[in-house]
Amino acid sequence: MTSGLIFGLTGIAVFAIGLFGALVMVEPLRRVLALKLCSVGAGFLLVVGAWREPPEAPDPVPHALVITGIVVMISATAVALALIRRLHMLERDTDD
Amino acid sequence: MTELPTIDWPTAVVFAPLAGAILAFAWPRRAAALGLASVLVTAAAVAALALQVLAEGAVVTRLGNWGAPLGIDLRADGLSTVLLAMTLGVGAFVSVGALDSYAPARADDRTRRYFWPLWLLLLTGLNGAFLSTDVFNLYVMLEVIALAAVGLTVLGGGRAAVRAGLDYMYASILGALLFLMGVGFVYLELGRLDFAGLIAAEPAPALTAALALMIAGLLLKTALFPLHFWLPGAHANATAPASALLSGLVVKVSLYVFLRLTQYMPLPDELLVTLIGALGAGAILWGGIQALRAERLKLLVAWSTVVQIGLIFVAFARAGQVGLAESWKAVALLILAHAVAKAGMFLAAGRIKDEVGHDRIADLDRSPIRPTLAQFTFALAAISLIGLPPSLGFAGKWVLMEGAMAAGYWHWVGVTMIGTLFSVAYFSRVLASFLRFDRMRSPVAEHQGWALADAAPLILALSALGLGLAAAPILAFMEIGYPFGATP
Repeated sequence: MTSGLIFGLTGIAVFAIGLFGALVMVEPLRRVLALKLCSVGAGFLLVVGAWREPPEAPDPVPHALVITGIVVMISATAVALALIRRLHMLERDTDD
Repeated sequence: MTELPTIDWPTAVVFAPLAGAILAFAWPRRAAALGLASVLVTAAAVAALALQVLAEGAVVTRLGNWGAPLGIDLRADGLSTVLLAMTLGVGAFVSVGALDSYAPARADDRTRRYFWPLWLLLLTGLNGAFLSTDVFNLYVMLEVIALAAVGLTVLGGGRAAVRAGLDYMYASILGALLFLMGVGFVYLELGRLDFAGLIAAEPAPALTAALALMIAGLLLKTALFPLHFWLPGAHANATAPASALLSGLVVKVSLYVFLRLTQYMPLPDELLVTLIGALGAGAILWGGIQALRAERLKLLVAWSTVVQIGLIFVAFARAGQVGLAESWKAVALLILAHAVAKAGMFLAAGRIKDEVGHDRIADLDRSPIRPTLAQFTFALAAISLIGLPPSLGFAGKWVLMEGAMAAGYWHWVGVTMIGTLFSVAYFSRVLASFLRFDRMRSPVAEHQGWALADAAPLILALSALGLGLAAAPILAFMEIGYPFGATP
């Protein structure tokens, strides 16, 4: 088993854990974290795919994709957190 | 034709709404004027692009002159251009409708200020997606669309809207991440991400996995049964113009991407095509039952979207694997029909809710206030969604059933018929209450129709009805540039 394969399978496993969490979690924050885990898994897989035997430089394209993905995920997380906070406030107000 | 050079229309189509979004955000007092102006500028750019496509065939722009496979190419062929025209046509009228819905008397300052930047960002994403030629760019555009769409969903600010928006957010992010994982598989297998690379690729297990992941993500985003759970709440609880955009345009993008991908990366098995059609049939039945049970007008309209999406997937599967080369036309026609009619219907439903004061279907016939023109608009849109001639919905269903019969797939004809019956049944619930006057406690109030705000939905509904007569030229236009031919 090559290290590339091990890393690749790890990425897929992390993605799968996140996917499972996103589907079964009820607590809003946990679901966001599960989705983050998914994105880490996907990014991990791309970075692994960029790796080359040392004399050769790694493929820069997947790195660029991962950076874009990170930016997208940060914005999505921020929006999700803002929504959770707003929902929390609205629910607290109506409970009083 | 006179020269229209120097301006690169595909670039203008993507960047005009982006510039508008930034301006409208930076200058909130003038947001409505700036927003409407940039929608109109974008519409003009799409019209110019359509003329260019008509004259020259597919138009390709290499952004920054990098060129595929590394750079980002924008490509407008017949199908892309028709969908862009649909987006801008629907978008322009919804924008006009929004001027009334978010007028100072009706909406708070925050709603009014944020609608335009969000809608223009959404438009940027939609246009970008229709012009994209590589899967990673599509992923980015899907995320842009998702963020803007969630913003539009929660714009009303109520608890139900925020909760529905959060559900939508989870579904949307998850769909996008599944898509991203698929994109990763494609790159690792092929070393490139553009459509041309997908077409040239030999079938491989990694590509099948990639296709499966991307399709799963897209089906979640487009709300095909049983992944539709987030849609009714999100579309029913948003404000009317936002609902019109979400139901009319946003779900269409993931459908469009699905269509492109399945043409470029053939589905490995006939069984999968049947499965997708079966899910569509499930959507028609389940959505139909839920629409019959819905208590509120907007919720009924939202469930009807679930049904129509199911119908579109039945159109996809209508003639099995061998028929896919032709079935995309039926899919595209139904996408078009649903976008125009549903946007008109949601705007009309919003008008009815505004005028009557509630949208409980059971009590609509008790109300002495009858927004006649909005009700008429609702009925016209229902005609296209049910699929009566000469509407665009009829043309779409005709092409669907013709293909299914030619291939001998009678079960898809049956499913379409059942779906049509369901639509007649649940829309009749609403139409009957419009026409009943015997349960009112007080005499009918003064004539309510003819508000300027009714113009936008009415024109949309009339277009849905009238465009059916233009179905043949639309079909011919869509084939310009061989959307799914040999040369990409």
